[in-house]
Amino acid sequence: MHIYTDDAVKNFSIMAVFWAVVGLLVGVIISSQLIWPELNLGLPWTSFGRLRPLHTNAVIFAFGGSTLFATSYYVVQRTCQTKLFAPFLANFTFWGWQLVIVLAAITLPMGYTSGKEYAELEWPIDILIAIIWICYAIVFFGTISKRKIKHIYVANWFFGAFIIAVALLHIVNSAAIPAGFFKSYSVYAGVQDAMVQWWYGHNAVGFFLTAGFLGIMYYFVPKQANRPIYSYSLSIVHFWALIFTYMWAGPHHLHYTALPDWTQSLGMVFSLILLAPSWGGMINGVMTLSGAWDKLKTDPILRFLIVSLSFYGMSTFEGPMMSIKTVNALSHYTEWTIGHVHSGALGWVGLISMGALYCLIPKLYGQKNMYSTKLIEIHFWMATIGIVFYIAALWIAGVMEGLMWREIDPSDGTLAYTFAESVKAKTPFYIARLFGGVLYLGGMLIMFWNVIKTIQNKRLIESKIPELN
Amino acid sequence: MSDKKKFTHEKIETNNFLMIILIFIVILFAGIVEIIPLYFQKNMLQPVKGLKPYKPLALIGRSIYVREGCYTCHSQMIRPFRAETLRYGHYSLAGEFVYDHPFQWGSKRTGPDLARVGKKYSNNWHQIHLTNPRDVVPESIMPAYPWLNDTSASDGSIKNKMKALKMIGVPYSEEEIQNSPDALIDKTEMDALISYLQSLGIHVR
Repeated sequence: MHIYTDDAVKNFSIMAVFWAVVGLLVGVIISSQLIWPELNLGLPWTSFGRLRPLHTNAVIFAFGGSTLFATSYYVVQRTCQTKLFAPFLANFTFWGWQLVIVLAAITLPMGYTSGKEYAELEWPIDILIAIIWICYAIVFFGTISKRKIKHIYVANWFFGAFIIAVALLHIVNSAAIPAGFFKSYSVYAGVQDAMVQWWYGHNAVGFFLTAGFLGIMYYFVPKQANRPIYSYSLSIVHFWALIFTYMWAGPHHLHYTALPDWTQSLGMVFSLILLAPSWGGMINGVMTLSGAWDKLKTDPILRFLIVSLSFYGMSTFEGPMMSIKTVNALSHYTEWTIGHVHSGALGWVGLISMGALYCLIPKLYGQKNMYSTKLIEIHFWMATIGIVFYIAALWIAGVMEGLMWREIDPSDGTLAYTFAESVKAKTPFYIARLFGGVLYLGGMLIMFWNVIKTIQNKRLIESKIPELN
Repeated sequence: MSDKKKFTHEKIETNNFLMIILIFIVILFAGIVEIIPLYFQKNMLQPVKGLKPYKPLALIGRSIYVREGCYTCHSQMIRPFRAETLRYGHYSLAGEFVYDHPFQWGSKRTGPDLARVGKKYSNNWHQIHLTNPRDVVPESIMPAYPWLNDTSASDGSIKNKMKALKMIGVPYSEEEIQNSPDALIDKTEMDALISYLQSLGIHVR
């Protein structure tokens, strides 16, 4: 009998839920520290500067990464109607990735960091990541090679591009010269280092947090809606346009810096163009529901998936707007950026992951449905309301502080506000943001409990590979 | 579609190897165009007048700055706007960062920009501020770093650090590297961090 190899899928799914709780909890802690700075309790390893990289690494690479591994291993088998290639390597990627996460959770609070955002981990861990990633590529593309279906399904194009691009970005950006076992220096300096870093950083968003999750979207939205993808041609056009255009957009993180003007302009132009392929993906996902809109009323999982696409559309509109230099002059360095990131991270990445995991987990454990649909419903509303509080608070705080920083007293031409005044003015919005974050974390805790109850009900059923004639 | 002779996407989506190669080629362009020319633009590589590689104590201070994640809240990049140059001083120039491995321009100002904080406040002010920021700025939400007063700046790593930087092009002389541990005798991490902060942005006014 032929059965799919789902060990790694199961393990990664459960750990995705667990790491989401951890990563969000660290987020809630550091957002509290911005209101009550004494909350590090006087300890070096709990201070904001050390925990913030822990938060970003935990949510992006532990939660997001585990979700991507789980779903890509699941989807590539179903859409190729074959078992995983080299299942032992898939299991190695699971244990290896968990080891990376644990090492990150130890070394980041200890202050071992390369000092580059979203690439903080020091060189021994970077090497481990590179090895795991190559194994991941071997398993994924190996499985595609032995597919029983002639065509490679669109979800796999996105997963494939994500795997290849992240390998390239990680290796180039992490190039460093060691000065000890947990200390290294980037081989690039100054302007060049900044450009390499944001070429990496923006595409960590573009490929890790977008292309990969579009792969999830292209399988789970049509599956859950029980409809075919809206447009095949649109998926071709927006796929190639998206992966080409994203790579250019990095310099918008460096507007008005010492980076040359031509590079900044190039980054801005491509960021504006990026709106089109991004919305291509959103339209293709949302329109897949045409003729089946009523399902949104009864199926909270589908609601997670579709609302996530709405947040995707919203933040991929906001992103190009913020890349316009005049807008960026106001928004850069402010809370607005943090709000923008979270409308993408909590809204798009978070909700699509939760939707996909809610689809996946009962299937993996031989259940028809999750333990409680009611709890999924509650989770949905807590998450959505949480996001709205979060991003609205930081929009206001960001625009407000941006305006305060540039306000000139017309009577004598001096600055109207001290920096400290702008810090103080943000406190109420920090509290609103914390409230949003706590709601979102609360929803995730409900999901965690729902998942445990679902697994406890398990009847072990292995899923068979359908026979082709 | 498939019965026509002309090229269709089917060619790509039925061929794993072709798909991999094409993806790789498509994502390669941007990095080549945006990064490589920066190594051929003279004003991106030339240090501003008077800029020297970090002295041993300041270099240790920079490691502490990176270790504590100061870049998560402080930028080191002044943009060429009136309000910004009024607040922080002359806008930043590429040549000020040529010895910065890694760059620490930051992306967020939860606290103020530090690109020209050098010599703006006294050492004593910095020590009080870092030990408990709210003693000098009541509205501050910065963490306190009192332990920096108690830890030694000398952990035996300075020579390795300077040698590693020398390998990637920071012009330290052999003599500077050999004598570097002397500069750290009896210094605390607080001294080192202050020494780094006081060195920031002082060559352009």
